[in-house]
Amino acid sequence: MTVQGEPADHQWVDDHAGPVVRPYAVTGGRARPVTGTFDLISLVKATRTDVSPEIGLGPEHLAIVGLCQRMQSVAEIAAHLDLPVGTVRVLLGDLVARSLVQIREPHGTVGVPDNSIFEAVINGLRAL
Amino acid sequence: MDYGHSERPSGAVALPTAIKILVAGGFGVGKTTLVGAVSETRPLRTEEVLTESGVGIDDLSGVEAKRTTTVAMDFGRITISEDLVLYLFGTPGQDRFWFVWDELALGAIGAVVLADTRRLADCFPSIDYFEGRGTPFLVAVNCFEGARHYRLDEVQAALNLDPEVPVLLCDARQRESAKEVLITLVEHAMKLREARRSAD
Repeated sequence: MTVQGEPADHQWVDDHAGPVVRPYAVTGGRARPVTGTFDLISLVKATRTDVSPEIGLGPEHLAIVGLCQRMQSVAEIAAHLDLPVGTVRVLLGDLVARSLVQIREPHGTVGVPDNSIFEAVINGLRAL
Repeated sequence: MDYGHSERPSGAVALPTAIKILVAGGFGVGKTTLVGAVSETRPLRTEEVLTESGVGIDDLSGVEAKRTTTVAMDFGRITISEDLVLYLFGTPGQDRFWFVWDELALGAIGAVVLADTRRLADCFPSIDYFEGRGTPFLVAVNCFEGARHYRLDEVQAALNLDPEVPVLLCDARQRESAKEVLITLVEHAMKLREARRSAD
């Protein structure tokens, strides 16, 4: 992709340019998921071991199902698939609507976690 | 809790819940280093793409001409138990991305503000932010080689911190040191929570 009339050495596609596909191309231009809000640390697990391609599911949807055979957070999915978080949220909405993934919302988005959580974190960190 | 619902889709299992701690501070102060020192995976990077017209748009058609900005966040993960996963998020350094911080800070149990005594002012915006939001935080002074060592009370005074805010020295590269910082933070957050509850 070069802009017409620009000399070739002004090409912007270098290591720092990031993905060449625009972030919402894989969502068909949608910026909001059909369902759910998906915190960065909402945990996601696939409900099926494999999903055959079907209408409305792109390769990125299938990649998420594949990745989430092991539980992943929304942030981890985005990092592993090299997609922006907003894009991943839209794709996850599609998958939730088809019951292909299950989601666990994080602690603390409503109210403050209770003491047992704090104590578990402290003990877990000590045991590292 | 979601356990035991018979209407769960087939194949569904009880998932753990996640919780997060933020690691803030100026550029190059060692946020990702600290995350990497305790994370069970190498730090990952996630990106939010923001359009200049800002947040809250539902349809991207017609915005092709608007510039986009990418905000990157490095993060790591610590499996605490079968039921609990802790994520550590390095906050994006640029001050103009406060709304990304708002998203990160929502539900966080607390924040580590990393400070470098050679550039102490770099952590002022983080401290202001967490003070304003009421997020429990502490200040961890990352001891860089060759950095002049200040006494902790000097740092506390220079940052004009409330006396109850923990200030400690750390070496962000060392796992034990990073662990101590995180444990101190969670203990502090727990204490604050108790104090706020009894004040209510």
